[in-house]
Amino acid sequence: MNAINTPADLGPMRDYCQAALGRQKVRFLVCAGTGCIAGGSMAVYQELQRLLSERDINVDVELLYEGKESDAGVGTSGCHGFCQMGPLVRVEPTGTFYTRVKAADVPDIITATLDENSEVERLLFKNPDGSRSVTEHDVPFYNRQQRIVLDKCGTINPEDIRDYFAVDGYQALAEILQHLSPMEVIDIVTASGLRGRGGAGFPAGRKWLGCHKAGGSPKYVVCNGDEGDPGAFMDRSVLEGNPLAVIEGMTIAAYSVGARYGYIYVRAEYPLAVVRLQKAIEQAKQYRLLGENIMGVDFDFDLYIFQGAGAFVCGESTALTLSIEGKRGMPRVAPRPRTTEVGLWDKPTLLNNVKTYAFIPDIIRRGADWFKSIGTESSSGTAVFALTGHIANSGLIEVPMGITLREIIYDIGGGIPHGGTFKAVQTGGPSGGCLPASLLDTPIDYDSLDEAGSIMGSGGMVIMDENTCMVDVARYFLQFTEEESCGQCVPCRLGTKQLLEILKDICKGKGRKADLDLLYELSHSVHGGSVCGLGQTAANPVLTTLRYFKDEYEAHIFEKRCPAKVCKDLISFRIDEEKCAGCTLCARACPVSAITGEKKQVHVIDQSICIQCGVCKEKCPTKFSAVECVSPKLVMEVA
Amino acid sequence: MNPVTITIDGLAIPAQEGMTILQAAQANGLYIPNLCNHPDLDPAGLCRVCVVKIDDWKIAISCKQPVKEGMVVSTEDPEVQRVRKNTVELLVANHPMTCLTCERDGNCELQRVARYVGLEPTDLNRYRRSVRSLPMDRSNPFFEIDHAKCILCGICVRTCDEIQNINAIDFVKRGVASLIGTMGNKPIAESRCESCGECVVRCPTAALSPRHRVQPMREVKSICSYCGVGCGIRLGVRGDQIVGVQGDRENPVNGGSLCVKGRFGYHFINHPERLQKPLVRKDGELVEAEWDEALDLIAEKFSQHKGEQFAALASARITNEDNYLIQKFTRAVMGTNTIDHCARL
Ligand SMILES: Cc1cc2nc3c(=O)[nH]c(=O)nc-3n(C[C@H](O)[C@H](O)[C@H](O)COP(=O)(O)O)c2cc1C
Ligand code: SF4
Ligand code: SF4
Ligand code: SF4
Repeated sequence: MNAINTPADLGPMRDYCQAALGRQKVRFLVCAGTGCIAGGSMAVYQELQRLLSERDINVDVELLYEGKESDAGVGTSGCHGFCQMGPLVRVEPTGTFYTRVKAADVPDIITATLDENSEVERLLFKNPDGSRSVTEHDVPFYNRQQRIVLDKCGTINPEDIRDYFAVDGYQALAEILQHLSPMEVIDIVTASGLRGRGGAGFPAGRKWLGCHKAGGSPKYVVCNGDEGDPGAFMDRSVLEGNPLAVIEGMTIAAYSVGARYGYIYVRAEYPLAVVRLQKAIEQAKQYRLLGENIMGVDFDFDLYIFQGAGAFVCGESTALTLSIEGKRGMPRVAPRPRTTEVGLWDKPTLLNNVKTYAFIPDIIRRGADWFKSIGTESSSGTAVFALTGHIANSGLIEVPMGITLREIIYDIGGGIPHGGTFKAVQTGGPSGGCLPASLLDTPIDYDSLDEAGSIMGSGGMVIMDENTCMVDVARYFLQFTEEESCGQCVPCRLGTKQLLEILKDICKGKGRKADLDLLYELSHSVHGGSVCGLGQTAANPVLTTLRYFKDEYEAHIFEKRCPAKVCKDLISFRIDEEKCAGCTLCARACPVSAITGEKKQVHVIDQSICIQCGVCKEKCPTKFSAVECVSPKLVMEVA
Repeated sequence: MNPVTITIDGLAIPAQEGMTILQAAQANGLYIPNLCNHPDLDPAGLCRVCVVKIDDWKIAISCKQPVKEGMVVSTEDPEVQRVRKNTVELLVANHPMTCLTCERDGNCELQRVARYVGLEPTDLNRYRRSVRSLPMDRSNPFFEIDHAKCILCGICVRTCDEIQNINAIDFVKRGVASLIGTMGNKPIAESRCESCGECVVRCPTAALSPRHRVQPMREVKSICSYCGVGCGIRLGVRGDQIVGVQGDRENPVNGGSLCVKGRFGYHFINHPERLQKPLVRKDGELVEAEWDEALDLIAEKFSQHKGEQFAALASARITNEDNYLIQKFTRAVMGTNTIDHCARL
């Protein structure tokens, strides 16, 4: 079976693929997400292949499809999300879940699985209480999650369309091509309450309807995979882990709005996603799932990949379409027609985020009510976050909307590591805001986050502990937006620069009394005056830190003190005479030789040489803990 | 076009459907401050200085927002004032303070909006000042580009695109590093720029300015003498010297546009080597003569020849009527069809 010639062919195709995979008694799936590959997962994969072939057992997937039996197989999968614990290996059908696997662990894994029917205890995830979790479902990081778009990432081989068929892939498309009119599909999407996952949360059904009704041809369907937020990798993981779900979602969208062509805009920094998409598109074409007369019916849709050059602003919808046209990626200025009416090449264009499309096949197969039942009244379904920062379990998570920040941080994320205390959480990337501990019970949905001064955004979530300076955090994000502003409108181009200069000055202890009012005033004007979302939201990190952490700004400006002891110009390192044992470790480590002192004598830091790198504090043995960091700066004694 | 009535700051004004708020205001003699708007160009909406509030809820830019019957516009709403003032302050905080020696002093749009929003020294002192220190592009013989004074309004870019269809310049780089430049950010003399200067005359600041800048004492309307098109010009005169040329916007022929020669090629007029009188060769030497003497000589010589012995070469720099007369003379009087002219200048 190598093509779907009518929608009715899909059922048998699924059964055939499931049967083939079922013939394999054991399957080792090595995570080939970007994070795990960087951690060395490909070496694990090769070692598995090598050792299994030495054992002289059948490991070739192709043979399965020829009806042969196989004892064990090896495959790669997309990102499981638990990147911090990678490289990850999953053993099917038991679901045994190994973390931090190295090539040297492979013999043990094979012996345990194939010969002893047991697990390699040391590679299982260790819970905070010391117990071990055997499968993903037992790991707290996973068991509070609800995975829909990430469900198949990590369990199927993204480079083989037959894996996708085996998990009901393309059933949704077959269903609509047989039974539903475009309007009926749009009605389902509308009823599901699905809101765009690219950040703004625009109702998907309404957008589809707008494009469906728009006159003009050809129409286009565009997938936004630009994902420029620092630290975000949700869309990358979906594209790498389950590219065909996105392609199927786009094909369904094309059918619904009447589009003939589609583009997937992926940043060129995602080479693996590009390769996987290319393979997926090729295979979909082979199986008559793209191109002319898809599944043998009167419906044509061709899909192309466009590699973006990595500008954050090109994620904005109008800049993105201009970028595909080969023009400078600058957002169009309102008032302007909607992209659904005048988009790519000035034709009606449906533009959605990667995850928005990836939800579609499930929504069609399982129904609008099912999706609507997850999440909250106004935000249905699940949200995907890239959890990073000062958090025990970092990685990619998918949770039902309405879950609170506290549940994400403490139940899934495992809290703040090294006994630290939570200080703030940043959502929404550079357009979002920093929320304090008092708002930990805020539910995650578009409206609640908006009210708190942050945004849902496309899904970055950075956790910060008490050693984080909030002025410095605002400075970091403004540095990003200032660099990424396209520069066409004045409030954004010069406003972000001005905000940044002021924040830099405050961090250096050069803040002025008038700065607080000016930051506030300018933030509102940059918000009100800018052309696109980048400028309109650029001041959010400033406004939320001013709102929730104003005392830190005041300490910097009025006392020249950085409470978190981060801002280098406001701190000094000092050696406590009482505690110093004269071990000389600090003096030997200091990169600028600022520390003097004989062995077994009290050491002293010359403040005029010290560059506040903090190496001495790290080096000083805990039993002495003689180096302390103080703020404000020590006043230098003038000789 | 249907007439509509809108209200700006309590004043009911007539407008036409299809107009923008700014156009309606300008047509009624009302000033709404703006920087990146130019009547010859499509509105861009980038400077954000022309913000207004419409119907008491929405901030909009008046240069792009179309009028609607009954629309109520405020240019003095507090939010509008704040956005506008902060925006102008940001521009000024990044602009050189060399107005007294600047060629556009008194005729600069940035000065004009700054005055309108009422900048106070105390306002400006709050800002961190910084002025770009990029080298000027002096490669073009007629005008120069001073990036420090550029406010990135994009008027030059749109002029070169919409009016000249040449697209020699565009925004280069991104964010605060953005600047007006050419393909590959090469000096403008190495680009496809034709030096027409259309961008230079529309630049609201002195970022693009002519190299020879002597203020005229008076202006004289004239017609460009370079070619038969006959563009209307205004010659800037100081003493007995021509010190500059402007396109005459009221002239129906060119509506103010000029080419590189008409705009910048006027130095021949006062050039010491320019021929002011005819020269007649006497004893192998060219010597100055009076017109009567020269014309008599020509008539005498012409009458000695006819037909194929004769050929005429006319000029594109004279009018169509003169060219007509020359060919008529050549054919009817001199009896030959051998008449040509330099088709380009
Ligand atoms: C500066 C800026 C960057 C953006 N970057 C992205 C992005 O990387 N990915 C994305 O899907 N949407 C991004 N958006 C939002 C898009 O403009 C658009 O709203 C979204 O892709 C629509 O898809 P959705 O309705 O499925 O959310 C960005 C918006 C702005 C203003
Ligand atoms: S807000 Fe910033 S990114 Fe958006 S158009 Fe203006 S300058 Fe460009
Ligand atoms: S001088 Fe003319 S051709 Fe050259 S950049 Fe300006 S408008 Fe374009
Ligand atoms: S050079 Fe002049 S016209 Fe061109 S963008 Fe700069 S200020 Fe505007």
